[in-house]
Amino acid sequence: MVDKKHLLTTAQMARFAADGFLRFDDFVPDTLNKAASVAMEKGEIPRMEGGTPLKEIWQDNVIGEIFNLPQIQGIMHSLVGPNPLYDHHAVHQVAAHNDHGQIWHADAIIDLRQHFDIQFFYFSHDTPREMGGTMFLPGSHYRRVSESDIARYHNFKGQYPLVCKAGTVAVAHHGMWHCAQPNLTDQMRYMFKLRLNPTVRQLKLWNTDDLEDPEINSILHTNHGWYGNEVRLEVVNRIKFWRFLTGDETFDVAYWLSRLENEPRNKMQAA
Amino acid sequence: MPKQRQKLLVLYAHSPDLNSAITAWSVYDGSDKEKHTTGDSDEPPYDSVVAAMRDGWRVIQFPQQFPAYPGMEYNTSYLKYEYILEKLEEIDG
Repeated sequence: MVDKKHLLTTAQMARFAADGFLRFDDFVPDTLNKAASVAMEKGEIPRMEGGTPLKEIWQDNVIGEIFNLPQIQGIMHSLVGPNPLYDHHAVHQVAAHNDHGQIWHADAIIDLRQHFDIQFFYFSHDTPREMGGTMFLPGSHYRRVSESDIARYHNFKGQYPLVCKAGTVAVAHHGMWHCAQPNLTDQMRYMFKLRLNPTVRQLKLWNTDDLEDPEINSILHTNHGWYGNEVRLEVVNRIKFWRFLTGDETFDVAYWLSRLENEPRNKMQAA
Repeated sequence: MPKQRQKLLVLYAHSPDLNSAITAWSVYDGSDKEKHTTGDSDEPPYDSVVAAMRDGWRVIQFPQQFPAYPGMEYNTSYLKYEYILEKLEEIDG
């Protein structure tokens, strides 16, 4: 059982709903970071079959040890429950002196679910801007696109280069638009990505002590800028997602959905 | 007569108004003088489509507007207000 102190807060969950990702700096101890870097360099992280319970794999591998850390278990539990399934993983590499960025893409294909998978992005070594790292587009996760359909775009206002110290972990909604960035250093860049599927209904799995925090509404009202006039549609999609996460079918932000749901059926009585 | 190659500037505007702010952008240079890739700039090259036109860029594609398909009124996908502009660049040889 995950200690409550390791679970995400409601404010963090709202940030996940608005931005599509969370980052955690200095999260993995350095001894494990060094061992993970070696494991990635040597190709010592075996690929597993999609749909296998995560608890059953990598029991003798440093990656298994990292994803069993209580702080990572807390993130996992908060988003996809206590016993998620392994979907797939990848050891992403960007060769030294590679000056070309990867095309923007969302992983997999168009996904219509409110239920969601998560992807961990783990950086086992320091990743300064000249080494990349991975560019995220905050707030892109509700957009319905198929993988590289978005490859025409180069830059967005508010694009977010995930550059960090060793031991940083980000966790993203499966729909997040992202791309690996050029590596101008003389060292190979590694990043470990792991996709997990939920096995329970994703309903208030986090620490809900701050569920009524008034800050939640303003977080869900974030305007990332790059989607221009569609900001209100983005907020509507977040409201729907928040209703799914909390089970509160009356939740609203700035009255956007309540107004549209107001279709009175009762007839006025004669005086 | 010097040879020319097409350089494309793709601008994504805040709204259908060509004076509205640019929110995303790409450059593809057929003259090979410039190489562009993802994440290579944090600010757009112009504040608006009109500002690019004033600098000599010619609009060669204009986004059409369609009402939302029934049932998809709240779906989001690609950026809607995409303007493709060109310049012709002279090259050697």
